[in-house]
Amino acid sequence: MHVYLDNNATTMVDPAVTEAMIPFFSEIYGNPNSLHRYGTASHPAITKAINQMYKAINASDNDDIIFTSCATESNNWVLKSVWVDKILNGDKNHIVTTEVEHPSVLSTCRFLEEQGVKVTYLPVNDQGIVEAHTLRSFITDKTALVSVMWANNETGMIFPIKEMGQICKERGVLFHTDAVQAVGKIPVDLQNVHVDFMSMSAHKFHGPKGIGALYIRNSEALTPLLHGGEHMGGRRSGTLNVPYIVGMGKAIELATQNIEEKMALIRAKRDRLEDALLAQLEDVFTVGSRENRTPNTILISIRGVEGEGMLWDLNNALIGASTGSACASEDLEANTVMLAIGADHELAHTGIRLSLSRFTTDAEVDYVIESFTKAVARLRAISSSYAKVQPTPGGKAAECNIHH
Amino acid sequence: MAKNDLLGGSLWDQYSNKVTTLMNNPHNQGEITQEECDADGYKLIVADFGAESCGDAVRLYWAVDPKTDTIVKSKFKSFGCGTAIASSDMMAELCIGKTVQDAVKITNIDVEKALRDDPETPAVPPQKMHCSVMAYDVIKKAAGLYLGVDESSFEDEIIVCECARVSLGTLREVIKLNDLKTIEQVTDYTKAGGFCKSCIKPGGHEAREYYLVDILADVRAEMDQEKMRAAADAGSHGDFEAMTLVQKIKAIDSVIDESIRQFLIMDGGNMEVIDIKDSPDYIDVYIRYLGACNGCASSSTGTLYAIEATLKEKLSQKIRVLPI
Repeated sequence: MHVYLDNNATTMVDPAVTEAMIPFFSEIYGNPNSLHRYGTASHPAITKAINQMYKAINASDNDDIIFTSCATESNNWVLKSVWVDKILNGDKNHIVTTEVEHPSVLSTCRFLEEQGVKVTYLPVNDQGIVEAHTLRSFITDKTALVSVMWANNETGMIFPIKEMGQICKERGVLFHTDAVQAVGKIPVDLQNVHVDFMSMSAHKFHGPKGIGALYIRNSEALTPLLHGGEHMGGRRSGTLNVPYIVGMGKAIELATQNIEEKMALIRAKRDRLEDALLAQLEDVFTVGSRENRTPNTILISIRGVEGEGMLWDLNNALIGASTGSACASEDLEANTVMLAIGADHELAHTGIRLSLSRFTTDAEVDYVIESFTKAVARLRAISSSYAKVQPTPGGKAAECNIHH
Repeated sequence: MAKNDLLGGSLWDQYSNKVTTLMNNPHNQGEITQEECDADGYKLIVADFGAESCGDAVRLYWAVDPKTDTIVKSKFKSFGCGTAIASSDMMAELCIGKTVQDAVKITNIDVEKALRDDPETPAVPPQKMHCSVMAYDVIKKAAGLYLGVDESSFEDEIIVCECARVSLGTLREVIKLNDLKTIEQVTDYTKAGGFCKSCIKPGGHEAREYYLVDILADVRAEMDQEKMRAAADAGSHGDFEAMTLVQKIKAIDSVIDESIRQFLIMDGGNMEVIDIKDSPDYIDVYIRYLGACNGCASSSTGTLYAIEATLKEKLSQKIRVLPI
């Protein structure tokens, strides 16, 4: 059995989304900016997609939702444009973000620091979130922007966006949220929270890769990242990616319709998986309370089993999962979120992320429980740290001199 | 960066079949007990290296025949990724049948080469070489325990890059001999810094005692000082072409003051040296005429020829004088 449990990385395109996109590759292929009928033929579908987007997040007609290539572009756009508009050409010099943002925010902030911008990286608590009162104490008169993710990609933990938005509103500071892991997983109602900018990505909710969007409250002025033609009202140049816009519209509609019911179904499977792993395995723990987590996500830590080793065995069992820890990528560092929440360094090398989707079946959950426990048993038998071995005559192992 | 680098390949696709096989089914995984050793008259050695907190740790068990110092059995336990488990397994394998003194000669590079499917293709991607390093270090630790000596006594050189086993001495020598100026050049010449990259600069996976950036800067500073000393010596020996720029200016001014300026002043003029530029074929001296010399008809003919000829005669035939 093949099981895909890496839905926080990307998702399968919903077949209904694919079906909606296909005509715009082959039949209705005109450039929507053209005046002739080949171009204008796509306008109803683009309008429909725009309406689907506005409805899904309950944006007002005074707001803008601009299609971009991905959330990375949306995040870059907000941060770099605020730098130009409010720092280079204004009297601010400060941006506030968190230690656990996606690299598209963190790397851009580090780039801006090199340009002289002061950036504060807020720490997370033992649940892996930044508390609203923490944000309040770091905003100054020089703060131009606060950028905080809505939900964390590794833990699924949901940040107090409503409270943070209120604080920013009171202090007159622009507020951006990277909602990539929230949209389509939990209710996102922009009439209920104060958000000036919000980044989204279609491939996280069963849409295609290569299309994202940026929500801009009340058409707030923002220097374009891409200059060129007059596409999207001059806010984002580049010929409209019609099939993908259609796909994103359809995907967000499908993901957000009856979202509470969808969440309940996914949560039930997630909880069953989590309960089984916690019950059947010793010395494991999951990060963050379930109530405040996206309903599809588990970050589980297994004492004595290094992350990539576990991923290897799961892959051999045809299970796709993920780890942000040491050897899973070219980066040898421990899982930064795990470290941030206070896990010890050994545990920070053991986190495995299992992220479900609405397509995950009960049979798949059963198979993962069985395979997961087998893998843990095998790797713990090899493990130098978990095995109940005799003390070392030569003394304890070397201290780690790792950098953090 | 080029076409083949645009899409990063899967890390695991770069593992050799041997690494994959040993990761799935390590031959030497396990423990050796005191009871086993006592029964056969062997000495049990248990050595740890690394730390779980670093993401990699290994425990090595040896049963050593004290009559011959031969490692009769060798097993391991490991907390780590596929490379760490496979290289620990191969390391344990390579120890079997060797004397402790010979086992110390096994390096992480030997382990990595033994894991190759063919001699020319690395067994693991560059960033994973780091995971094979502790397989080497744990042997030294075990040998130190058996022989009752500190494991550092097995190192006769300071190793800066453990992945590629490049010593401080080698790095210094190669930088000097080849006039290396960048870290990329150092890596190209020595392979140091080409694997886990911890040794390049602070902030990598592990803190290091020596970093390539510091070694390069120190050696370059030494080379500059040596050049300065050579130039100073050249100045005192009158070797104009080997002089520093400041020495050249002083030497030219001195010649001008002694042999040229007085004639210009007699005619109500003067000159000053603006700049000196070295090239492989010429040493160009840029001058500006002052007073009556400025605009004088012979300033671009006879006077110029006289100045250049004097400087050539007294300092170097490579000198060209260029009025601006």
